[in-house]
Amino acid sequence: MSKKLLLEKAHIEGIRHFDVYRREGGYAAVEKALKMEPGGIVEEVKKSGLRGRGGAGFPSGMKWSFLAKPEGVPRYLVCNADESEPGTFKDRYLMEFLPHLLIEGLIVSSFALGSNRTYIYIRGEYAWIVGILEQAIAEAKQQGFLGKNILGSGFDCEIYVQRGAGAYICGEETALIESLEGKRGNPRIKPPFPAIKGLWDCPTVVNNVETLAAVVPIMNMGGEEYAKIGIGRSTGTKLISACGNINKPGVYEIDMTISVEEFIYSDEYCGGIPNGKKLKACIPGGSSVPILPANLLLKTAKGETRYMNYESLADGGFATGSMMGSGGFIVLDEDQCIVKNTLTLARFYRHESCGQCSPCREGTGWMEKILHKIDAGKGEMSDIDLLWDIQRKIEGNTICPLGDAAAWPVAAAIRHFRDEFEWHINNPELCLTKNYGLAHYADEIHVPA
Amino acid sequence: MTEAVKTLKVTIDNITIDVPAGTTVLQAARMIGGDVVPPAMCYYSKLQGSGGKCRTCLVEVSKGSEADPRPMPKLVASCRTGVMDGMEVKNMTSNRVGDARNGVVEFLLLNHPLDCPVCDQAGECHLQDLGYEHGKQGTRYEFKRRTFEKHDLGPYIQLHMTRCILCYRCVFTADQLTEKRVHGILSRGDHAEIATYIEKSLDNNFIGNVIDVCPVGALTDKTFRFKNRVWFTKPVLAHRNCSCCSGKVTLWQRGEEVLRVTARKDQWGEVEEWICNECRFEKKKTSDWIIEGAAPVNRHSVISQGHYEHTIKPAETFSAVMDGRNPQLLMDIHTVSEVNDPAIDLSQVNGPATSALYAKTDKKH
Repeated sequence: MSKKLLLEKAHIEGIRHFDVYRREGGYAAVEKALKMEPGGIVEEVKKSGLRGRGGAGFPSGMKWSFLAKPEGVPRYLVCNADESEPGTFKDRYLMEFLPHLLIEGLIVSSFALGSNRTYIYIRGEYAWIVGILEQAIAEAKQQGFLGKNILGSGFDCEIYVQRGAGAYICGEETALIESLEGKRGNPRIKPPFPAIKGLWDCPTVVNNVETLAAVVPIMNMGGEEYAKIGIGRSTGTKLISACGNINKPGVYEIDMTISVEEFIYSDEYCGGIPNGKKLKACIPGGSSVPILPANLLLKTAKGETRYMNYESLADGGFATGSMMGSGGFIVLDEDQCIVKNTLTLARFYRHESCGQCSPCREGTGWMEKILHKIDAGKGEMSDIDLLWDIQRKIEGNTICPLGDAAAWPVAAAIRHFRDEFEWHINNPELCLTKNYGLAHYADEIHVPA
Repeated sequence: MTEAVKTLKVTIDNITIDVPAGTTVLQAARMIGGDVVPPAMCYYSKLQGSGGKCRTCLVEVSKGSEADPRPMPKLVASCRTGVMDGMEVKNMTSNRVGDARNGVVEFLLLNHPLDCPVCDQAGECHLQDLGYEHGKQGTRYEFKRRTFEKHDLGPYIQLHMTRCILCYRCVFTADQLTEKRVHGILSRGDHAEIATYIEKSLDNNFIGNVIDVCPVGALTDKTFRFKNRVWFTKPVLAHRNCSCCSGKVTLWQRGEEVLRVTARKDQWGEVEEWICNECRFEKKKTSDWIIEGAAPVNRHSVISQGHYEHTIKPAETFSAVMDGRNPQLLMDIHTVSEVNDPAIDLSQVNGPATSALYAKTDKKH
């Protein structure tokens, strides 16, 4: 069993309530933090090597140190709980079962950053979690961990929960800020970055739920100890939400030293693929990261074992690698059709594009239509190159990363599964009833000497 | 005591210019002028917060600044990127920019109806110009173009949502010129549209300016609709004593008749001074105005650009270029219309052709 830092107590009866959480050693991080200097906490987070768990993996301590601190201007901490990426459901689990862990992390982080009003922007569809969080906030407030003069330290902090209205784009930090301000959730043009001009034009830090929860073990054990877990620049533990064709879908907390193969096949985690089917492909970090065929998933192009961490999953760049992303691990077995899978993702991004910049607004719809055509057995060979050209013209040319997120799945599907697309086009009748199967996607990769 | 204004050096397509701090790359390019100016479909210097959306003005920054000479990894929107000292920018000299811009133009035209022959904006449409400069002749899009339910915006302004490219200029205009904005963007993605939430007329006194800022024919003047083609009308500078605006306008005349009133626009197609609805929609008589003289014709448009000036009329006939086949659908217009007369060569007529010209000829064959 690998070490659990976040979910260790998730199954204790009544852990949602303050008294049980407190009895189990909860809120010790707050007590410890309030005796420290805010700058010291930022240093601890820097030392821990914690990286943003929302998808981009930016070092959190560094992000915190960028926060501008002008005199007389309030600063805000915003918790990004707008978890809407297909395949990602780790924050939901964390908030639903351990609401106090997030609240505790938020209090420590708010103190470190000097935020007296902290917001949790939660995905609108997580309606029932709002109640859980609000109850946890009320309990913490009653016990003096929130509100005015917390534990006699002189620090005031209030936490507010704001529900989104069902838009994936509001998970992008500047769109989230716009939405929180009551405006249409369009991403802002950066610079200025939120650390300088964020919520109501004040310096703001936006962090993912898991990132802020991870501040609690960092406080309890110290940054240096936390950094000893994991490997290289992938420190600490990571929540992975595994789904798709596996025996045990669910949320797993992993230490980032395990291999992808172990994660899929060991009984401790996904427990292998059901019905004796074979692994065909996997999207290792949430729907927007590149899909990898089985052979490139388990081993890198250099023939080395691939591990479940930021560096190893990204090994080989986009040509032969993928990304850790938000940890939405989607497994596809030999019965799954890559064209259909890509179409589903393209439809999602088309639906979720905010429509602000032209490449994303028009390009996502166009890609969906072409993929739909190929899926319906009406594709032409030139459509594959056209898709490639469209995604190439979206990527990097938009205001926010949604354009890239829409382009990458299509690009990766064509890059690694081009022959499956061609088979669809060459077999317009057959592709409606049968699928391409495993083909050569699990074959050993020839490693150049 | 005068404060020393800090100037920054920026090089765009190998042309160096000193600009004041706070200038954007696009503004610097406009100071240089000519071909180095990136096209802009959504940016409007008079509207705060505009720009960054259409992505037509993307440029490559090959050197960030003197202090940090690293190039910027992505292409940047020149309208929203501030100049740094020593910055080097590539616009027309960059293949990446050309490629990306062609892509953006294709995206913008993807769902645009291309109904220029019946669109009032034709001739002064920025998308038409952009398509002419950067677009391809054919389209790779083979699906049905998107259409929208019609919304009524009141007696003065016609909304054609299908033509809209979602530049947000009209939204910023309403925000910044009027007291209460009643229209905005509904929905998202490729089904986002300009509308009032519940059918409501736009009736603020300055709301007519949304027609002038619209880069395409999505918002047009109902009082001018289908009255004439822009290139047949003659722009004249005029003014009047107006109690609520500057009263400085351009009249678009045909003969003595005032067909349309718009604000005066500068060389970038941007309004110089906003005008009120009364000046724009109500004052359609020459006697309402003090005429200053002919307006300088801004030859930004495709139609007035004279691209066809030196073309040679092809000697081949249709059947020659079509491998001996004769086109089925072409017919002699004179067999169905009594308006034109083949005896009159329109290119030889001095000035616009009027009905008076045809009245002289015998229509009965």
